[in-house]
Amino acid sequence: MMTVSNRVDFFQGLKVGLPIGIGYIPIAVAFGLLAKSLAIPNIVGVLMSLVIYAGASQFIGVNLLVVGASFGDIVITTLLLNLRHFLMSATLSQRVETNISKPWRALLAFGVTDETFAVSVLQKQDKLSRYFVLGLNAIAFAAWNFGTWLGIFFATGVPEIIKTSMGIALYAMFIGLLIPHVKKSKPVLVVAMLAVIINMLMYWSAAVLGVSNGFSIIVATIVSAAVGAGLYEAGEGEVER
Amino acid sequence: MNLIYLVLAMAAVTYIPRMVPLVILKNVRLPRYLNRFMTFIPYAALGALIFPGVITSTGSGHMGAGIIGCLTAILLAWLETNLIFVIAGGILGAFLVSVLF
Repeated sequence: MMTVSNRVDFFQGLKVGLPIGIGYIPIAVAFGLLAKSLAIPNIVGVLMSLVIYAGASQFIGVNLLVVGASFGDIVITTLLLNLRHFLMSATLSQRVETNISKPWRALLAFGVTDETFAVSVLQKQDKLSRYFVLGLNAIAFAAWNFGTWLGIFFATGVPEIIKTSMGIALYAMFIGLLIPHVKKSKPVLVVAMLAVIINMLMYWSAAVLGVSNGFSIIVATIVSAAVGAGLYEAGEGEVER
Repeated sequence: MNLIYLVLAMAAVTYIPRMVPLVILKNVRLPRYLNRFMTFIPYAALGALIFPGVITSTGSGHMGAGIIGCLTAILLAWLETNLIFVIAGGILGAFLVSVLF
């Protein structure tokens, strides 16, 4: 079933995904601890990480549950938070190898997160092998679920100060992914800065605008990518991958 | 039992936005403008994902830790050190500020 070259791609995916996995574990532990402390049944906490597999949604979901939000509100909030993945999946769909069957695409789609998306599409090769993306997604998914179990069943005595410091891990990874490209390409710098400015303005006026965090990320991403695509014609500002 | 239905509904609305474009946009050739738009998406998304989230990532009471951790990570990333060191440096910077202040 798996040829030698597929296996090489898969292991390459695991390797490239390792920093994501390392970043996920403390956050997933924190999720497990939170679910436990809010008296969410263990099986529900475990199931959330298995089938929802979206950090922010899970945190907000259990919080909303505890404050007594309706199921409808929780589901709609979850949808709004995750609409940005629509954009990411659309981008990824142009980067995976073209001869992949629909079931394969449906499988790879389950693993799309902010982190696996960013790491996959910033790879140098033009077309990504399905086994590479599978390996990358698999290690992130495994780490997220492993961390959830740790949080629910084992981690009771992790000092608060360590937990809060680990909260920065994934942001540091995003920084590590973005900065080298910003250094090399002015169009990338302009687009990224524009996204930062739009998102910060929307974030700080959230009370007035009444927009969720997930929605402002979508708007900032679309607007700045659209401006970039308009400003920089191919050739003079060829975006470097 | 009701909670299980809630989790399944949350799973559905999380999966659908991930799945639809990947399955539907199969072998579509996009116009050039849209193609450039797509190449900018990762950088735009990363910018928006990082700021301002990173500043409050260590808890709203520890914004100093978030800022110092962020600056440490930016410096290490600028020097193009390995991703693992960028992450470790960010955590260490945030940790030291939390311990010292």
